[in-house]
Amino acid sequence: MKKSSMLDLLVLVIRRDLVLAMRRRADVLTTLIFFVMVVSLFPLGVGPEMDMLRKMAAGVLWVAALLSSMLSLGRLFSADYLDGTLEQMMLAPQSLSMLVLGKMAAHWMVSGLPLVLMAPVLGLQFDMPVQALGVLIIGLLLGTPILSMVGAIGAALTLGLRGGGVLLSLLVLPLCIPVLIFGTGAVEAVSTGLSAVSHLSLLGALLVLALVFTPWVTAQALRISME
Amino acid sequence: MAINWFKYSAPTTFYGLAGKLIPWFALSSAILFVVGLYIGFAVAPADYQQGEFYRIIFIHVPSSILSMFLYLVMAGYAALGLIFNTRLSAMMATAIAPTGALFAFISLWTGALWGKPMWGAWWVWDARLTSELILLFLYLGFIALHASIDDPRRADRASALLAIVGSVNVPIIYFSVKWWNTLHQGSTIKFSGTSMHVAMQQAMFITLAACWLYAIAVVLARVRSIILERERNTTWITELPEVRS
Repeated sequence: MKKSSMLDLLVLVIRRDLVLAMRRRADVLTTLIFFVMVVSLFPLGVGPEMDMLRKMAAGVLWVAALLSSMLSLGRLFSADYLDGTLEQMMLAPQSLSMLVLGKMAAHWMVSGLPLVLMAPVLGLQFDMPVQALGVLIIGLLLGTPILSMVGAIGAALTLGLRGGGVLLSLLVLPLCIPVLIFGTGAVEAVSTGLSAVSHLSLLGALLVLALVFTPWVTAQALRISME
Repeated sequence: MAINWFKYSAPTTFYGLAGKLIPWFALSSAILFVVGLYIGFAVAPADYQQGEFYRIIFIHVPSSILSMFLYLVMAGYAALGLIFNTRLSAMMATAIAPTGALFAFISLWTGALWGKPMWGAWWVWDARLTSELILLFLYLGFIALHASIDDPRRADRASALLAIVGSVNVPIIYFSVKWWNTLHQGSTIKFSGTSMHVAMQQAMFITLAACWLYAIAVVLARVRSIILERERNTTWITELPEVRS
């Protein structure tokens, strides 16, 4: 297979999934609204002291991002599974890993990217300093794709199961803990006057690792679930 | 004479072998538990720093070691089953998971009991405690995934893949939690076992061996039940004396 055709395939899958997502805009918005709601619940729960909120902000935003990305993972393969498209995709001569990578990318653009764009506004609600906000955004940019990719493994394994959504979170959340730790660690480092580079580099390393391995693992998981 | 190692990779032959081995493992485990706990509670002296409280390590340390090691063993069997498509490997992985989860739970529970008098808190967000908790979550995820898939073949393979992904993640999780912990606060107490009393060491190693043998006995018993359940429609099962009666 030529290199260009692999890229073509990737672009094709991403475009298709984005078009499908745009046809059902409510799904995208629900995830985003969930994110905003969870974040807004925290001040109501712990009290309006600005000092505490400023300290908690990064953690709250990251946990909320983690939870809301779980919410949309169930839809990653289920629609294609139900109407038989997934079966056709697996029969296609092109690499299934590449197809899966395209679906992951589209999923991130639909459910991860809006969270990243929304985060600064919510960070301001928590009175985060500008510098910390910047690091938070970079961290989320590096981290949310990992959530989509690791989550895709769980989504493929729980394809078509009863109670799949809750099970999916149970499987994926423990695996996402390192992302949470480094993402919030970067913000914490900046706000205590240290450099965030080490945390962000580790996040980047995790992203590269995930990019290499998760599409293949997810493809294997899909084969197991579909046979 | 060449030994045919693959003979016992078939559930048919392994069922009988496991049945013969279980009493030995169970008995030696029980004896070692009695001996180890006797040395631990009666012979070993009290610790000069921690008094009598340290004695919980005779349960706590073996169960922590086993909880971590069993996860690797489980992932190893899962990988074997996935690669060579051997039915027994997947059954072993399934049989190990509950025992591993049990040990992880015991380790957390005894850790909390020890932490209250020593640290003054049931729970601290120490790196080891936190990663043990995450390990328990990983076990529970494995069990939950296996339980929610009806087709046993798909259940085996899906949970095997999860176990492998989990075992790759375990070091990442461990180090991230460790660095996270040093970032937030240092360990409250460092327990350096460099100059342990001989009797303490003996008791700990004996209880470790006892837990080991217990785990093997229980896993073999569980794997026998799994074999019976999975192969219930085969003739060799219906011809077994314990099934006939």
